[in-house]
Amino acid sequence: MSFPEIFLIGNSPVVSGIIWFVVVVIFLYMARDSAHYAIRSFSRVLHSAFRLASKALVPVEKKLALRNREVLLADGREASERVMEREFERITATVKKELADTPALQRRIQEEITRLEDDYKQSTEVPPSPPGWVNAVDAVAKIPAKGDPVVVDILEDIHESLVKAHNNTTEEYRQSRKERHQLLRNMMPGWRKVLQVMETVDKNVTSLLERAKVIDRCMEDYEQILNGTDRAVRNLSSSSLNHFFISSFVLAIAIGGALINFHLIAAPMSEMVGGHARVWDFRIADIAALVIILVEVTMGLFLMETLRITRLFPVIGALKDTMRIRMMWVTFSILLMLATVEAGLAYMRELLMQDQLATSALLRGEAEGASQAGFTWITTVAQMGMGFILPFALTFVAIPLETFVQSLRTVLGVAGVGLIKVLSFTLRLLGNIFYYMGSTMIHLYDLSVFAPMWLERQIKGQKNAPRPVLSKDRRKVDPPELVKEAS
Amino acid sequence: MLKIAACLVLTLLLACSSDEPESNLPDNHNHGVYMLIDTSGTYTQQLQKAQQVISVTLSKLYPGDTFAIARIDSGSFSEKDIIAKVTFDDRPSVTNHQKRMFQERVTEFAKTVQPAKHTDITGGILQAVEFLKEKNPRKKTILIFSDLQEDLKSGYVRDVALDMKGINVVALNVIKLDTDNFDPKRYLTRVEDWQSRVEASGGIWKVTNDMDQLEKIF
Repeated sequence: MSFPEIFLIGNSPVVSGIIWFVVVVIFLYMARDSAHYAIRSFSRVLHSAFRLASKALVPVEKKLALRNREVLLADGREASERVMEREFERITATVKKELADTPALQRRIQEEITRLEDDYKQSTEVPPSPPGWVNAVDAVAKIPAKGDPVVVDILEDIHESLVKAHNNTTEEYRQSRKERHQLLRNMMPGWRKVLQVMETVDKNVTSLLERAKVIDRCMEDYEQILNGTDRAVRNLSSSSLNHFFISSFVLAIAIGGALINFHLIAAPMSEMVGGHARVWDFRIADIAALVIILVEVTMGLFLMETLRITRLFPVIGALKDTMRIRMMWVTFSILLMLATVEAGLAYMRELLMQDQLATSALLRGEAEGASQAGFTWITTVAQMGMGFILPFALTFVAIPLETFVQSLRTVLGVAGVGLIKVLSFTLRLLGNIFYYMGSTMIHLYDLSVFAPMWLERQIKGQKNAPRPVLSKDRRKVDPPELVKEAS
Repeated sequence: MLKIAACLVLTLLLACSSDEPESNLPDNHNHGVYMLIDTSGTYTQQLQKAQQVISVTLSKLYPGDTFAIARIDSGSFSEKDIIAKVTFDDRPSVTNHQKRMFQERVTEFAKTVQPAKHTDITGGILQAVEFLKEKNPRKKTILIFSDLQEDLKSGYVRDVALDMKGINVVALNVIKLDTDNFDPKRYLTRVEDWQSRVEASGGIWKVTNDMDQLEKIF
């Protein structure tokens, strides 16, 4: 007897089907309460589990956000202190350099002013005093002469003398006036000198004022950072993101430069270490070329550290100055030697390429050396130049690298917080989905046993029918017993 | 910290080393090519084309690769039939020099070669398989520059199982004989026989009569 035949009642599969359907519906109806309970419990288990997981992530997110804030403020404080330190150094240098001359300038101004005063005094017009004997002449003229020729002669002589004296006086007056004008004209360069000196002083003071404004701004930012204000956090966060993107861009360019450098020296390295020997799946020649480039980058890092341009290795910054300077020269020497070696390798690359071309030409049957162009020296020189310069260019990768490393922490922190928020939301959403799926399953179950339920309602009446009622709290579906008791 | 560093160094050394003796390990990226040139009868006139094939092959091989050329004559299962062989040096400059010397040797051979009376292709293939197994490169190729018409001298037994597992066998310049023109089935049967023989031995068979397609093989 085959498996389908076991379920055959009578000879008609349709009748068997209907009978089995009725039986199944009756069994489902009988198991309704238990099934509801099972579905509800299962959905609540999942709902609770997901909500619990979601809630568990909230303190983690807060902790991470707090930690991010602390790190951001600490980094911002350090950066701000460095900027202010630098600004104070600049102001000190400005004061020493530009304002050190202030006493001398002041003295010069004083001297010029004194000279101008003297010249001005000398240029003051002194009205010519009338001659004293004029009164005597006046007295003689008043003598009642009555036509005395002696008196007339005397008066005529006196008239002549007066005219002469008047002319002399006028001449003297003109001369002295000329001298006074000359003195006034000579004062002009003096005024110009004073003006220049005043302008220099003004420029120095203006530059100081501007530096002071910058320091004021830095101090304001620093105070905000110390107080841990939201504004400071926002500013630091956005500037950190900016730094991250800019340093990533510059690092990408540096990686491009390193790739070019790599291709420049990989082929000639195979002459030194072998063309086909491999470690894992990498040619030793490629590894050697990469190592040289990485050593150059490392020397560049150390050089930047010894010059105190970057602060990736506090140990180097903490060295004594003599040791640090020695280290600087050592790293520079190594870098110079490596750059020279690279230039040599670049030249060897060109020789190898020419050898390869000559061999290929020979194999193709062309005359050896026929295909050499006259401008190959340009590529040779360019390759050698690039081989020498690129290591020094890669030295400066330390600066964007430092910024990248510092800003990466912030970016990862922000991304971490965002990820946790998304995860928390997703878990909560899943919990709710499972909860409402449970309700849906219950309704679908009731749908499958709608016939006996309808019958029951008809038999027992509308009031006592065990209808499922949604409580005011939409999260709960009250079991029929509770609804009966309530009614 | 020291323990961790020691573990890392040990892991690195272990990764670099291997339990197998070096001679059993194939060189991971090397290519070994063994070329058989038919020098029997009128096929000797095709030698100029063979030189072109050799030039193309030389241009496609790199430091560490192996190349050998042997002639197919009356009895080819012999080292004396090897015209020239070379394993290219690690250094590219030396490799270029070796290629030039190799070509010179082949040119000299082409000037002095005499046609053979019989054609022992199987012997040549056996010799090629032995050579390639000894060198053990990663990729093994046998080029057969022949019309594939075997003509063994009496007394030569070549009913030997070939073990050509993992070897690419490329038949080049399989020119049609005059008798093939009367009955093309002879040509097709000849090629199919060699194909089934090579594939039954585990080899990978290919026929190329267009020299432009040769570069694709490498």
